[in-house]
Amino acid sequence: MLAQLGLGIFALTFLLALFSVGAAVAGYFSKSDRWVETARLAMLLTFPLITVGVATLIYLLVTGHYELQYVYSVTSNEMPFYLKITALWGGQAGSLVLWSWLMSAFASAVTLRKWERDRELLPWVIAVTSVTLAFFLALSIFYENPFARWWQTSGGDIVARMFAPAGALPLIPSDGQGLNPLLRHPGMIIHPPMLYLGFVAFVIPFAFAMAALVTGRSDDRWIRLTRRWTLVAWVFLSLGLVLGMRWAYDVLGWGGYWAWDPVEIAALMPWLTGTAFLHSVMIQEKRGMFKQWNMLLIILTYALVIFGTFLTRSGVLSSVHAFSESAIGPMFFVFIGVTFVTSVALLIYRWKDLKAEVEMHSLFSREALFLLNNLLFMGVLIVCFWGVIFPLISELVTGQKVTVGPPFYIRANGPLFGALLALMGIAPLSAWGRSTYKTLGRALWKPSIPTVIVPIVLAILGVRNWVALVGFTLVAFVIFVTLYEFWRAFRKSNLEITKRTQWIVIALLILVTIGFAAWALIDPANWLTPFVSMILTYFMVAIWMLARRNPRRYGGYLIHLSMVVMAIGILGMQVYQTTTQKTLAVGQNIQLAGYTLRYDSLAQFPYTDGRIVTRAVMSVYRGGQYLGNLYPRYDNYPDGQPVTIAGVRSTLSDDLYVVLVNWENVSEAQAPFKVYHNPLINWLWIGSLMFIFGFLVAAWPVSEKENDEGKNES
Amino acid sequence: MKAKTILLVSGAFLVLTVALFLTRKVSAQAPTPSDDQVNAIASQLFCPVCENTPLDVCPTTACHQWRELIRQMLAEGKSPAAIKQYFVDYYGARVLSEPPVTGINWLVYIVPPVAFIAGATLLFLAFRTWRRMGKEPAAGSASSSPASNDGSSPVTGSGNVLDDQYVARIEEELKKRK
Repeated sequence: MLAQLGLGIFALTFLLALFSVGAAVAGYFSKSDRWVETARLAMLLTFPLITVGVATLIYLLVTGHYELQYVYSVTSNEMPFYLKITALWGGQAGSLVLWSWLMSAFASAVTLRKWERDRELLPWVIAVTSVTLAFFLALSIFYENPFARWWQTSGGDIVARMFAPAGALPLIPSDGQGLNPLLRHPGMIIHPPMLYLGFVAFVIPFAFAMAALVTGRSDDRWIRLTRRWTLVAWVFLSLGLVLGMRWAYDVLGWGGYWAWDPVEIAALMPWLTGTAFLHSVMIQEKRGMFKQWNMLLIILTYALVIFGTFLTRSGVLSSVHAFSESAIGPMFFVFIGVTFVTSVALLIYRWKDLKAEVEMHSLFSREALFLLNNLLFMGVLIVCFWGVIFPLISELVTGQKVTVGPPFYIRANGPLFGALLALMGIAPLSAWGRSTYKTLGRALWKPSIPTVIVPIVLAILGVRNWVALVGFTLVAFVIFVTLYEFWRAFRKSNLEITKRTQWIVIALLILVTIGFAAWALIDPANWLTPFVSMILTYFMVAIWMLARRNPRRYGGYLIHLSMVVMAIGILGMQVYQTTTQKTLAVGQNIQLAGYTLRYDSLAQFPYTDGRIVTRAVMSVYRGGQYLGNLYPRYDNYPDGQPVTIAGVRSTLSDDLYVVLVNWENVSEAQAPFKVYHNPLINWLWIGSLMFIFGFLVAAWPVSEKENDEGKNES
Repeated sequence: MKAKTILLVSGAFLVLTVALFLTRKVSAQAPTPSDDQVNAIASQLFCPVCENTPLDVCPTTACHQWRELIRQMLAEGKSPAAIKQYFVDYYGARVLSEPPVTGINWLVYIVPPVAFIAGATLLFLAFRTWRRMGKEPAAGSASSSPASNDGSSPVTGSGNVLDDQYVARIEEELKKRK
């Protein structure tokens, strides 16, 4: 009964979305504000409706209605309550429902605003978001119905259908399969919604871009109106990617965080165009240039968002992520094709109206460097796109599948990422308009001096790998430039803060100091970690106060800083990761990177939720000194894949990561261990925390007064 | 036995040992190859079933058997290249982490650099045109075109023709301030 209700609500929402498209378009062409208003109300109505539909599905999941195929496939009796809710996006059908729900939520948020100005954009914003919503709802209704039930046909087959096939009897299993154990990790619970928040939020700037194209507005209103949407979309997409990395590192047990798997790349591609877009819209805002290019970037981003969902959801690639295969591939393909061709056609139609207002004057101006940044991001995109689709092309043409694996991407993208780092250092020092190599050189020499020392010091310390030398030098360069910029801001500023802010800051600093001091006292052997964290926190607080003057600019710099901090971790892993594997008898040792690990014991015990845990105890030594125990383990769930949980000793300089290799023979007497030494990896996670902070600074609402100050400065 | 015979026999023995040692060098060094030696090769291979999971960390039984096969071949003294070739012969090029540079696979290595160079060339040509266009009307408009939106506007203009783009820019600025 509830299932029928849910599907009915989805069908109704689908019709409403189609109606709102029609009404919006009709309203635009007949210049009838009443039709547009009708379209708007219809759009707004989709949200409460679809929310009821989603609530119905969640209710069915939580109450264990295993007669539904979807509920059966992602939940089971012994799963905890919160996992039953998050099972909403644990499988194909549910993820698509989540997509539609977010789309409706965002579109409603946009249509809710007052629209006193720029009202001519409204009908097309509604039309584009509604078309997207209708498409995803159609997938849920016609192809991936989350409400389909199990039936046993007269022939004895078990099928999943919405309505009873002739002569079939309903089938009600007493328990479900349960969520794939690999997906029961906190990182995996937040990762998909984060990615989807990012994906769906990018539809909003796209909708405004299309509205601007149709109505022939050549100004930058669409960019200004969606500036925050773009930033939010980009940040959620970034966080989604980082959470995915963390999940892979914690759960997959191969010692890394990124495998250049096609599905990872599927999420990376819209991030690449989105990042390029985020930068190049600034040129249009400041200089009125590259209007056509910005349009193309947002069109590409939208196409890649849908393409990314298509890659993960259609089963076109079979990889560790594509746990679901279905018949929705062709639908996606047609939708991507139609929307892409239509938007590009519109862009070509308006091409001449989007001429630049100002000409490019210098190769060393900031706009020129931003364009170079875009070229590099496009380069990475081409490598990724080509790497992902080439196996499909090869299969189509020759019938033979090939693997395009990590070495390809690393070789091709490495230099491009290096160039991006260099540009991240140079661009903030250039000026808009008439920057020459002289002015740029004048700005560059100060931060260059400490940079030159870095490779020399590294070489003295024994670093011989040229990738590491170049990489760390570039990282240092960006850090020096950014700090230099903050220093300049500090010198120029007359920090006026209110009494209240002053006390808050002082209280905060005292609390932070006490907190870190306590941490250091509890674990004196590792005093370095709290110490560095404390310095970083002080630094953040100071920068936060500075950044109030021009949050967008300094927030952006903070995000740059977080990116290079992440780069430290990536370089450490890429260049210096080492690994070894050995089967040990109790009491035997394994050695790696100066550490000695002794196998002490192994235990196997059941856990409350039915899984059987196999856990080894290892003691870790370095230079004869005992450092602690590690507990690598794997969990066997009654219904499937084992989950490998590494034992990890984590410090700022390295991670010691031990896997109990469950795919070889494990016994109490002897067990195989694979040990990874992952230098500097924690900087990747520290960088991502800084990234969130940078985003908060950049997007934090500022009062009009403060904002004006910032504008004058930039 | 004569000293000469002893010398001859032991000489022959020595030659034989050396020859044996040379031919069976690998297996003599490592009677059972270590996990690390196996993984060094396995990490470069992908089995056709568990796509995108390198063989050294793949938990399936099939992959376990592949690893044992590698170990066995290493013990027989086969070189890593020969072992990889063995898997390619049996299962096709897809077991390699990168397509071999043959036939249509050339494209995978050619397209990205060509596209990037094309993009860079396009960008460079565009720069040149922009700069030329920027220089031609330079005399009048260059001095008055706004370097940034700092608001300091030369209201007097630069002679008889007021720059269209400049007017448009001001209008837009005004719109933004509304």
